[in-house]
Amino acid sequence: MPLVEVRHLVKEFPRRRRLLRPVPGVRAVDDVSFTIEEGETFGLVGETGSGKTTTGRCLLRLIEPTSGEVRFRGEDVLKASPARLRELRRDMQIVFQDPYSSLNPRMRVGAIVEEPLAIHGLGTRAERRRRVDELFGLVGLDPAHRDRYPHQFSGGQRQRIGLARALALNPSFVIADEPVSALDVSIQAQVVNLLLDLQRRLQLSYLFIAHDLRLVRHICSRVAVMYFGRIVELAPTAALFEAPQHPYTRALLSAIPVPDPDARPSRLVLDPSAFDRAAPLREVRPGHWAAVGE
Amino acid sequence: MRPGGTTPADAPGGSTPAGPAAAPVLLQVEDLRTGFEADGRTLVAVDGVSFTLHVGETLGLVGESGSGKSVTAFSIVRLVQPPGRILGGHVRFRGRDLLALDEAEMRRVRGADIALIFQEPSTALNPVYTIGDQIAEALLVHGRASRREALDRAQELLEAVRIPDPATRLRDYPHQLSGGQRQRVLIAMALACHPALVIADEPTTALDVTVQAQILELLRDMQQRFHLSLLLITHDLGVVAETADRVAIMYAGRIVEEGPVRTIFREPAHPYTRGLLASIPGGTPGERLHAIEGTVPSLDALPRGCAFGPRCPDRFAACDAERPPAYPVGADHTARCFLHRTT
Ligand SMILES: Nc1ncnc2c1ncn2[C@@H]1O[C@H](COP(=O)(O)OP(=O)(O)O)[C@@H](O)[C@H]1O
Ligand SMILES: Nc1ncnc2c1ncn2[C@@H]1O[C@H](COP(=O)(O)OP(=O)(O)O)[C@@H](O)[C@H]1O
Ligand code: SF4
Ligand SMILES: [Mg+2]
Ligand SMILES: [Mg+2]
Repeated sequence: MPLVEVRHLVKEFPRRRRLLRPVPGVRAVDDVSFTIEEGETFGLVGETGSGKTTTGRCLLRLIEPTSGEVRFRGEDVLKASPARLRELRRDMQIVFQDPYSSLNPRMRVGAIVEEPLAIHGLGTRAERRRRVDELFGLVGLDPAHRDRYPHQFSGGQRQRIGLARALALNPSFVIADEPVSALDVSIQAQVVNLLLDLQRRLQLSYLFIAHDLRLVRHICSRVAVMYFGRIVELAPTAALFEAPQHPYTRALLSAIPVPDPDARPSRLVLDPSAFDRAAPLREVRPGHWAAVGE
Repeated sequence: MRPGGTTPADAPGGSTPAGPAAAPVLLQVEDLRTGFEADGRTLVAVDGVSFTLHVGETLGLVGESGSGKSVTAFSIVRLVQPPGRILGGHVRFRGRDLLALDEAEMRRVRGADIALIFQEPSTALNPVYTIGDQIAEALLVHGRASRREALDRAQELLEAVRIPDPATRLRDYPHQLSGGQRQRVLIAMALACHPALVIADEPTTALDVTVQAQILELLRDMQQRFHLSLLLITHDLGVVAETADRVAIMYAGRIVEEGPVRTIFREPAHPYTRGLLASIPGGTPGERLHAIEGTVPSLDALPRGCAFGPRCPDRFAACDAERPPAYPVGADHTARCFLHRTT
């Protein structure tokens, strides 16, 4: 059984009504299906506004999906009662892109990391304190800094604080929404290494949302490409990068800047009129799906 | 309809084949220093920056956030706002020191000779005026045309930056365009008065990778057509490799390495440059990345010796005593690092 199973997920946001007449909503996520296996890093890529963040948030019901199915270890997340959802969320966590706005500026970082434990009423104060020290150590922060405020930390350190908080309840599944995009180049590698180390030590599975395709190629086992709310291609990472099938994937991969002055990448310009946006996914090779005609 | 839905783009440009070093000097920055007053102290954000830009050449200025790239750009065109202040140095443009000009002369230089393109295309355009009015205004301010001529020329410029249906777009407001189109409009405005130098500060950082590729190609294309010099500020080494002839790497307010693009990528001399190049994801999938340990220092807590010292894998005794000067390490290639001291 896959760890996470998403079927026909749809999220419509209401559009502003015109002249009191209802208008159809914006389909931010449009019939999205994929699975995530235990221990894997599943990548989600696509341009800004293609629906990656909305998809991630729908999995945890931080946004309520319009329709579809989300199963976690076989259990239907969308049908879970509020009490059951709270329990499920201990096992499914999210790390946000912006380490500046995602931490409460008025809370000490120790309290930020401890908060999920307190909310779930876990342990005595002393036990929670020990757990916070342990979490600080796990993400490479000095436990002596627990009484400082977020603004006293650099971006990379703040991302570690966010990660320590996400890991407080021992989740098995973490959604990382552009976790390093806001960080400096020299700090990104540190945080990526931390994510890789934690995955090995804690047997984590990741949904890794990113726009740095070089990074996705490096750390993901499989990748789904989103375009206007739909998955247009889904494949094992090597297959996707070596033999992309969908015109959008091809254009996207050809646009990656190459850090070699002698490389002369040949760029492909996407012609959106040349393919059918509503084409269903088709298995072109075992495990490699693309929304292309026969 | 094209099969597959994609077509090869025009051959990407890149470094100009004719050695740009042979071209005349356009801009020479010498020992530029800019600081910010805070709590009675001056934090030096740009600390002795020097470089030369030749006609038709692209210099890539690379560094992490806070390293002083934007302050360098603003200093060149004298748009540093208080509490910031240029503390010293020279900015020679076609031999004239811009730091010695009066404000009226400087305004003429900014309009006619040097143009700026910024990172955020949405904030650089005025939301209440149409695209056409804004480009025309740029032309009128510098007294190059009548209003009718200015609008015609605005349309030509939109065509030049490959905005589809330019006559209609002239009447659009900024919010009606995509981020990539707004950046094209800004490039059109930058080119409106035929500048000799364009300073582009992270022009593609806010854009998606496919749009970035198009904007970079457009910049390279415009540069060759109009024989521009380009100071391209970015933190992306991939962007630099594709666009620049020369590269300057900044760290904590100083240029720590400078040289031709191939030399910087093939034989980086400074440990920071080497670390940056090694940390680009690649190699065996799933393996840990090479990381530069530690954090970027803050300006008010710089070490006495080499600013990169606390993070440097090659640091030795001499590094803590004083700041390394720029040592020559090869043809047209310098590094601020004691590893390259010869005596
Ligand atoms: N709360 C919201 N209300 C209305 N529209 C939204 C909301 N959140 C996202 N959207 C829209 O949904 C689409 C997908 O957004 P998002 O999931 O954030 O994309 P991505 O993460 O891929 O950049 C966009 O068109 C966005 O404008
Ligand atoms: N308005 C300002 N007031 C005080 N300090 C500033 C201001 N603008 C920039 N600085 C300082 O100057 C340094 C360099 O900034 P900047 O040139 O914007 O960096 P970059 O463009 O390389 O990210 C930063 O460390 C910042 O603290
Ligand atoms: S001067 Fe010393 S500390 Fe600085 S970069 Fe060179 S070796 Fe490293
Ligand atoms: Mg997003
Ligand atoms: Mg900047």
